[in-house]
Amino acid sequence: MNAAVVLFPGSNREGDVASAIKRITGKAAKIVWHADEDLPSGTDLVVLPGGFSYGDYLRCGAIAARAPIMNAVREHADRGGLVLGICNGFQILCEAQLLPGVLQRNAQLRFMCKEVFLRVERSDTPYTRRYNAGDVLRIPVAHGEGNYTADEETIKRLEGDGRVLFRYTSPEGKLDAKWNHNGSTNAIAGVLSEKFNVLGLMPHPENHVDPLIGPTDGRGLFESIKTVLEAA
Amino acid sequence: MKARVTVTLKNGVLDPQGKAIEGALKSLGIEGVESVRQGKVFEIELADGDKAKAEAALKAAADKLLANTVVENYRVEVLG
Repeated sequence: MNAAVVLFPGSNREGDVASAIKRITGKAAKIVWHADEDLPSGTDLVVLPGGFSYGDYLRCGAIAARAPIMNAVREHADRGGLVLGICNGFQILCEAQLLPGVLQRNAQLRFMCKEVFLRVERSDTPYTRRYNAGDVLRIPVAHGEGNYTADEETIKRLEGDGRVLFRYTSPEGKLDAKWNHNGSTNAIAGVLSEKFNVLGLMPHPENHVDPLIGPTDGRGLFESIKTVLEAA
Repeated sequence: MKARVTVTLKNGVLDPQGKAIEGALKSLGIEGVESVRQGKVFEIELADGDKAKAEAALKAAADKLLANTVVENYRVEVLG
């Protein structure tokens, strides 16, 4: 499995995600500069990491979404290649229109840095094969703009096509406004593209992979990707 | 040639920042405020030339970068 992590000016989670990939797949990810025009040959997973690309100027992810490397990322996605956007990476994917919708300011207007509970909505995707539908994961979040919104028709389509992969829930997996920390529509924490190969999510699974730090609920996501890519 | 692009949220899109500003204005005792929506203004200096061409360029700029047309509308003005 050949992973490439794109580094934008202001990214700050590229090291965390590269370390999680190395730990779980045994193979180091390549770090790719945003101004490059090509992905390393043989890349089968592209990760857009978290951070504050371009200082969140204009809109979160707006400028990074127009970086030269994004043409190659788009071509990779069009070919069915896996693209994972975490936190700022999710915002970039939305701005690049590789995923629908936008991430607006958290409803309570505060930056939120804590652990949340995420319900896995389905396990038949490249990102959740090693989980079961209904599993509740403990995963950290750290964002100010994670309030997922789209027009009614888009939300209806996403729900109808089963493209909502993670939702914010209670520890028991129940939907409850109290546990939907950023006010996202339908408590959406992660969405898939039409072909299920592009995933964007606000929480940081890469930060819960090492038992030294605490829970390891994020491992399954990287194990799923590894399983899928190695079987291909 | 001066130009201005104004970007505003579409109707129906929640604007938590506008709401917070609205609350602050009310707490300052400023009367008659019914609602506030926050937007952005870009002041752009253009090389002198054809006005219609300038408008087309500004529209392209707004569509490609300045506005996220999923949730935002924009207005382009060439001020001359």
